[in-house]
Amino acid sequence: MRILLVEDDQTVRGFVAKGLKEAGHVVDQADNGKDGLFLAVSESFDTIILDRMLPGGIDGLHLLETIRAQNNRTPVLVLSALSQVDDRVAGLKAGGDDYLTKPFAFSELLARIEALGRRGKGETGPATRLVVADLEMDLLSRQVKRGGQKIDLQPREFRLLEYLMRHAGQVVTRTMLLEGVWDYHFDPQTNVIDVHVSRLRQKIDKPFPVALIHTIRNAGYMLRDE
Amino acid sequence: MALPALFGSGGRKGGNLGAGSQAISGQTLAAHPHLSSAAAGPASPGARSRRNDLIRSASLRLALVYAVLFMLSAIVFMSFIWWATVGLLEREVDAAIVADARALSERWADGGLPALADSIRQRVASNVDDDALYLMVAPGGATIAGNLAAWPDGVTRSDVTYQLRISRDGLRSLAEVEAFALPGGFKLLVGRDVHARVILKRLLTDTLLWAMLMVGGLGLSGALIVRSLFRRMVRNVAQTTRAIASGDLTQRVPLSGSGDEFDRVAETINHMLDRIARLMDGVRQVSNAIAHDLRTPITRARTRLEDAALHATSTEEMQAAIERAVADLDGVTAVFEALLRIAEIEAGARRSAFAELELSALLDDLAELYGAVAEERGLTLELTPSEPIPIFGDRPLLQQAVANLLDNALKFSRPGGTVFLGAVRDGGWARITVADGGIGMAPAELSRASERFFRAESARSTPGSGLGLSLVQAVAQLHGGQFLLENRGEGAPGLVATLVLKAERPPARIADRMEAPSSVPHPDETVPPLHSPP
Ligand SMILES: Nc1ncnc2c1ncn2[C@@H]1O[C@H](COP(=O)(O)OP(=O)(O)OP(=O)(O)O)[C@@H](O)[C@H]1O
Ligand SMILES: [Mg+2]
Repeated sequence: MRILLVEDDQTVRGFVAKGLKEAGHVVDQADNGKDGLFLAVSESFDTIILDRMLPGGIDGLHLLETIRAQNNRTPVLVLSALSQVDDRVAGLKAGGDDYLTKPFAFSELLARIEALGRRGKGETGPATRLVVADLEMDLLSRQVKRGGQKIDLQPREFRLLEYLMRHAGQVVTRTMLLEGVWDYHFDPQTNVIDVHVSRLRQKIDKPFPVALIHTIRNAGYMLRDE
Repeated sequence: MALPALFGSGGRKGGNLGAGSQAISGQTLAAHPHLSSAAAGPASPGARSRRNDLIRSASLRLALVYAVLFMLSAIVFMSFIWWATVGLLEREVDAAIVADARALSERWADGGLPALADSIRQRVASNVDDDALYLMVAPGGATIAGNLAAWPDGVTRSDVTYQLRISRDGLRSLAEVEAFALPGGFKLLVGRDVHARVILKRLLTDTLLWAMLMVGGLGLSGALIVRSLFRRMVRNVAQTTRAIASGDLTQRVPLSGSGDEFDRVAETINHMLDRIARLMDGVRQVSNAIAHDLRTPITRARTRLEDAALHATSTEEMQAAIERAVADLDGVTAVFEALLRIAEIEAGARRSAFAELELSALLDDLAELYGAVAEERGLTLELTPSEPIPIFGDRPLLQQAVANLLDNALKFSRPGGTVFLGAVRDGGWARITVADGGIGMAPAELSRASERFFRAESARSTPGSGLGLSLVQAVAQLHGGQFLLENRGEGAPGLVATLVLKAERPPARIADRMEAPSSVPHPDETVPPLHSPP
């Protein structure tokens, strides 16, 4: 993916750029709002990582509103040191697609960026069937089969699996699951997500020789065909 | 016949009133600079800023307004006196001259020149006050009748009232005359000696000037009194606020006890100060706690890193140390975020995110999320179903608050225990209860449980930072409710945590949801007593 990174803190920028390059992406960098805006409007990117507080007169939200006003639909992830829920809402309202507060774990950023990048590609319309290896999900009849064998899932387990399947081959963090599956935006203090994923594993992976749900250390989970 | 036309032009007068009032107001205008310069004090070096202060001073403005109003009314009053005395006399003289002339003209019409001369002589003789002046002259200038020695110089026009100095019987005097042309070149002069009136006018002018001076003095002292009254009233407030500005937050504005407007202002200010003091206390408590409780993990992370830098012998060892340090720092961030969140809630800023929501569905979802956790730990989470409870509140915050309670209940439960979750509607209140059969708390510690960073001795071995219940408490307050933590009692182990919230507000009150929440429940919204747990 080609990613634009607009961030004024040199340490953070350097670290993020390095990590993204290691993950196989091409990164363009800007350390202020003006350069960032110039790059964003003059070239085309798959995703933009945008710090909210930027020097140079144009802050992140302003930049975002400007490119959205020009009908630029590039997915944008807003980074911010402001953690308050209202700020998050403001970031999303300005046209952001995702919001991450500082400090953040790089794995979280990478997972979210890759999820955004794929969303940006607009996938293949509203699918009615998801397939990963021998795991099939019918979204209309709400049935799940693995190796032709029907698996009974609770509604929430179904939603969890659907999320994982839609992001198959990508790292999905616990926060992403909490937000995407439960629509919760708070810190649950306990390992609630791990518990739910392990329950799902009991039904999806346990009876079969090959595991599809993998734990990615220090990051989250990934559903992948191996 | 020229006479009737002549008479038509007589009798317009009254210019003196204007002149008189001008003189008076000239005097008052002179008093203004006097007043302000007296108030502004001597123009010594450094007095400039003091003068600016005085111009901006509300008490001085009030005093000036008072003085100006006072003097304006005095001026109006004195002008009326002037108009009612001197003015009246002048108008009477005018009227008398006109009446005389009209009578004489009738004589002329009746009997011609001799009758007129006769009549003039008669009038001169019968004038007891000796103030009427007449003179009729022939075309050559010879006197035909009258009590004036000669036709006065300068009296030529017949449409003007002349003021003349005359000399009669060796006495100099002042007269007001009007001239009339008669047919055949004869001329008639009718007038009044106004000497007495001039004396009266002078007397009155002097009196009014003195009165004006006194009014000025009175106005000034009245202004000073008004100013000092005003100052005294704001001084209390000013003193208190000054003391507070210099750091003494214990000061309060003294009340006079009369319950007047100033008392009410003072009460409001005191109320505000109480709230500020409470917030400041919170800030102080938090900064102390931060110093205390964040130092520990930061120190730990630092030590790990330093230790690894000095002693690590392999890359794996180094990496492990770094990973643990990152985890420590993540813990610091989490504490930090929780603190900020609590502060944000306590400041009431989140009221804007309030919306209508349904409580029992919210609990269903949370029970589903935490039920799996309970199961995994060998516990049971039992949700008591309830009818829908619509309330007005902040969804993510309520979710977080209940999640914190469930987290505690599960964390402090004994193996095999059961946690109860339920909500009931109780009049205007919604009551969310989380009860467990866990280790419980000592009664003395219960009241401290929602303090920031408080963790009971028995909880030291469980993970946590002691901020969970502080957030619950803040959320309860934000929703105009209350958070209660109690032992289950009757020999049963464990705790009951109750979050009391205002049930759905009547739509009319939704409009004022932006109002700052008060941490003290309003007298008419006190929380009803707690029922026993399920
Ligand atoms: N259900 C409970 N049973 C027994 N003790 C409790 C219970 N709930 C709270 N406490 C006591 O109150 C203290 C404060 O609770 P609080 O939730 O604020 O902090 P914590 O759970 O220790 O940490 P955190 O919630 O921040 O992870 C706890 O440490 C514990 O001692
Ligand atoms: Mg807790």
